[in-house]
Amino acid sequence: MYSDKVMDHFKNPRNVGEMEDADGVGEVGNPVCGDIMKIFLKIQDNTITDAKFKTFGCGAAIASSSMATELVRGKTLEEAWDVSNKAVAEALEGLPPIKMHCSVLAEEGIHKAINDYRRKQGLPEWEEKNPHSHDEHDEGLTCQH
Amino acid sequence: MGEKQFIYMDHSATTPARAEVVDAMVPYYTRYFGNPSSIYSIARDSKKAIDAARAQVAKAIGAEPDEIYFTSGGSESDNWAIKGVAFANRKKGNHIITSKIEHHAVLHTCEYLEKEGFVVTYLPVDKYGLVDPAELEKAITDRTILVSIMYANNEIGTIEPIRELALVAGKHKVYFHTDAVQAIGNIPIDVKAEAIDLLSLSAHKFYGPKGVGALYIRKGTKIDNLIHGGGQERRRRAGTENIAGIVGLGKAIGMATADIEGHNRKIRALRDRLRDGILKKIPHAYLNGHPEKRLPGNINISFEFIEGESMLLWLDDEGICASTGSACTSGSLEPSHVLLATGLAVEISHGSLRLTLGDSNTDADVDAVLEALPKIVLRLREMSPLYTKDRKNGGCNVQ
Repeated sequence: MYSDKVMDHFKNPRNVGEMEDADGVGEVGNPVCGDIMKIFLKIQDNTITDAKFKTFGCGAAIASSSMATELVRGKTLEEAWDVSNKAVAEALEGLPPIKMHCSVLAEEGIHKAINDYRRKQGLPEWEEKNPHSHDEHDEGLTCQH
Repeated sequence: MGEKQFIYMDHSATTPARAEVVDAMVPYYTRYFGNPSSIYSIARDSKKAIDAARAQVAKAIGAEPDEIYFTSGGSESDNWAIKGVAFANRKKGNHIITSKIEHHAVLHTCEYLEKEGFVVTYLPVDKYGLVDPAELEKAITDRTILVSIMYANNEIGTIEPIRELALVAGKHKVYFHTDAVQAIGNIPIDVKAEAIDLLSLSAHKFYGPKGVGALYIRKGTKIDNLIHGGGQERRRRAGTENIAGIVGLGKAIGMATADIEGHNRKIRALRDRLRDGILKKIPHAYLNGHPEKRLPGNINISFEFIEGESMLLWLDDEGICASTGSACTSGSLEPSHVLLATGLAVEISHGSLRLTLGDSNTDADVDAVLEALPKIVLRLREMSPLYTKDRKNGGCNVQ
């Protein structure tokens, strides 16, 4: 049911691990829902120089975290902010409809980590342009916890 | 079967058909293909084969042959038993009692009947998944027409006190149905001694073919038809008989019930070694289901800090077929209703792994899983944000 790309990122996840001196950290999800992503960003001159993650979740959640961290590395914060869940899913050569929420989680994790950095810098947090309210995920499936 | 290329530990999902079963079936596709309703001799051979299979099924569960009706499998048998009794006894009452841990073939049928004006009580279970006969007795009212409790649970393997439950139903003159799909071949069953009125079974769970099953209906039970049409199965279940499938079912149930104790001894020894090995090698792992009252091949263990589907994908990479109660494989976002009904915390339910052993498994299979699984669990834990250094913060509290 998963694409080769998803299986590749699941079995050989890029950027797994914690970052002790992270400039921005974002944790999203809930153990009750079966997935938690923690994203760590290293930021220099408004550019993401390194990204790492730790994820509790299914194959799609792990692959989405891996791909999302790959996609934002080297990007400016503005560019990274615009990496959408669809971009993550497309880079993974697609996700099953019921797993699209995993890519949403990855996008939200990146956003949260960026805002964590901005907050620490005394900058105003960016607002979600198109907030994924927790009842309009693809397929209408969301965890209510 | 040719060279073994994978380790199959998902026998509660389905089993491979035995070679003897397939051999017995083949002539009924090619040579004795006649429609049993026809009059010529090859049709009579088909008819005889069905009668012989009916006798085999009856013998296996202590019923009379004319109390056995062939169906397309477990789901149809469950649907027929529940809808058939519900609609036929509507004048007497509209209350049905079942449990929270039934198969969806029972639960979704009951939910459908709720829309049709029936009232359904879903009995709770204890932490092992057992239904309490005293709870059943309390739930029965003068409007109750049917009790449906599974013989053994497909996920956690818990074996229900069927005789006690059936006697409670019988005492109140309420029909008792059991979904025995997981039980056949694992537990000796005698429908008369156990006061069972209706029993569902499915061939592919005991090394028979898919797409065929049976419903035992005790003589005198008031039940409507589910499938309307021709006069097959003594006018109770229409449709040209799946002769080869029925022959396969008969052969398979005969073989599966010939030496249940011997079969169980072998499977249980493998299962116990695997279960004990996993629990010894992997910390933060907990057995779900009852320690003793469970199917001989069933292991269901929850691993903290990780999610089930990831485990399955890695096990598959090692050629090991297993299953999980995690939401991520169920097509919903809720984990197993069975694990939740036992009071298991939702977050731990996501990390459950079911291994169900069967006839094909060997000591080498057990060794291979004991070798592979600890590494897989550790690999996933090391990338889990819940698996912190002191393994407490952010972890899950097991009840």
